[in-house]
Amino acid sequence: MESFMAQWVYTDTVKDHFINPRNLWKDGEDFTPDGVGEVGSLACGDQMRVGIKVCDGRISDLRWLTYGCASAIASTSMMSEMAKGMTLEEAYHLTPAAITEALGGLPEHKFHCSVLGDKALRAAIDDYLEKNGMPNPYKATTAKIICECKGVTDHMIEELVKEGKVNNMEELQRATGASTACGKCRERVLEVLNECLHIYGK
Amino acid sequence: MDRRYVYLDNNGTTRIADEVVAFMSENNELYGNASSMHTLGRQAASGIEWAREKVASLIDAENDEIYFTSGASESNNMVLNIFRDRIDSGDKRNRIIISSVEHPATIETAKYLKAKGYHIDYCPVDGIGRLRLDELERMLSSDVALVSVMTGNNESGTIQPVKEAAELAHKAGAFFHTDATQAIGKIPVSVKDISADYLSLSAHKFYGPKGVGVLYARKGVPLSPFVHGGHQERGMRAGTYNNQAIIGLGKAAELAKAGLEEEHDKLWRMREALRKGIEERIPGVVVNGSNDENLCLPGTLNVSFPSAEGESILLYLDLEGIEVSTGSACATGSLEPSYVLLAAGLDVELAHGSIRFSFGRYNTMEDVDYVLEKLPPVIERVRAMSTRRI
Repeated sequence: MESFMAQWVYTDTVKDHFINPRNLWKDGEDFTPDGVGEVGSLACGDQMRVGIKVCDGRISDLRWLTYGCASAIASTSMMSEMAKGMTLEEAYHLTPAAITEALGGLPEHKFHCSVLGDKALRAAIDDYLEKNGMPNPYKATTAKIICECKGVTDHMIEELVKEGKVNNMEELQRATGASTACGKCRERVLEVLNECLHIYGK
Repeated sequence: MDRRYVYLDNNGTTRIADEVVAFMSENNELYGNASSMHTLGRQAASGIEWAREKVASLIDAENDEIYFTSGASESNNMVLNIFRDRIDSGDKRNRIIISSVEHPATIETAKYLKAKGYHIDYCPVDGIGRLRLDELERMLSSDVALVSVMTGNNESGTIQPVKEAAELAHKAGAFFHTDATQAIGKIPVSVKDISADYLSLSAHKFYGPKGVGVLYARKGVPLSPFVHGGHQERGMRAGTYNNQAIIGLGKAAELAKAGLEEEHDKLWRMREALRKGIEERIPGVVVNGSNDENLCLPGTLNVSFPSAEGESILLYLDLEGIEVSTGSACATGSLEPSYVLLAAGLDVELAHGSIRFSFGRYNTMEDVDYVLEKLPPVIERVRAMSTRRI
């Protein structure tokens, strides 16, 4: 007789990180971070907090907390393993794609909403540099131009959303002129804007 | 306690009852095309008419008011399509009102019509997800063709005031449809008592086979075919009869009618034992819907766990052999959590952390004990990982 086996919803690596999360920030643990970053919101269904310790320009230790689905938990856990030991510059350039690849892939609809660990990590590095009065040489290098006509980058959009200055497309266009010239970038601008609104819980 | 396998997603679908499987199997010879004139065909037709009578009897209808379909999704589509036809033909009643918590089979169909330019309005619900009759009354006028309100909600379990809603609809001259899919077999459902013009149901929600259901249409109400291409069901639903499934539905209807009271009491006892146990053992829980036996389907318990996300809870429970569903956005594949819970005014975060336990006749009190043993550590574990503390 045929027997039908149930396959788990995610890859074995995701399952492993979901069941055995690495570097979890446990209650009462003796961990004093040098920098902390938080992205997402409970309302959006995903929120991550990352604390880093920095030694000789490298991430020497790292802890995290996540409110979210299995892929959010697993991707933050995977990020924590990848980031440990990296230089700040390397850590700053860790991409969602690299985390997803290390997990053996994620369903398409999970990719954008649940892989936020890299952004929480960047926020923690920003926090560390700011607290120590150090210049932040990484921010500019990771910026990508989204609207060529008006020279609007993803970082500009992210900052405006983060500061609560932009909550929708109209406000973004007023603030930056994004997608008001040739208009070819409209879809991409909207995509970045919606992602930022999701991440910062607007 | 050893690892068990506890299925608590009976609002999703149920296991086919052993009696139904046996009955379908005994009647394996009933394969003739019921539309044929030969003996095997007439035999099949007789089986189908037997099932029609069983379903009619279950919902207090006449045999010729029962139309077999592929399930309640089709039945709901069929009803909306009937009124789309009438509106297209220039009927001055060109507005359709549905509740804001209808099943996707109704709400998505209505949205589709709305996108095509039809007038669709959504009647709001109160804090337990129950239809606001005052709002319905306010919304009704002489341009309303149809009002559709489900009998009991699949997510919250909330029982709707369908009798009162039907009365209001009729007073305004509109027809009334109720999707009784979740209520059948759990609470008494009588089309006469409700004064329903249309009613939808699916066999697989009450221990019958999947892929078969019914549209009840009161004698004399507007009807038009949704599936064209054959004279079956008095020209209203084409397609060779699914004999085995239809007689399975008939058997399930017979069992549902005979065991209704016992089923209700058993499901409610398990639901309440689980609710009380959860409230005792886990801090901060919020029960969604009502704890009043007269306002809640007996087998449904919908609970939100603050600071814990639904998909994670669901998957950790699954690893323990406990199968539930969640209103979290992650499980729906969209960014929005359950619209049913949001419509009742639930906070978005709580909707993300909602879990639905739905009992069926094959569950036992031992299942409740098992869940009460496994659930608290799962919630504790998810909360320990969370960015927020309760």
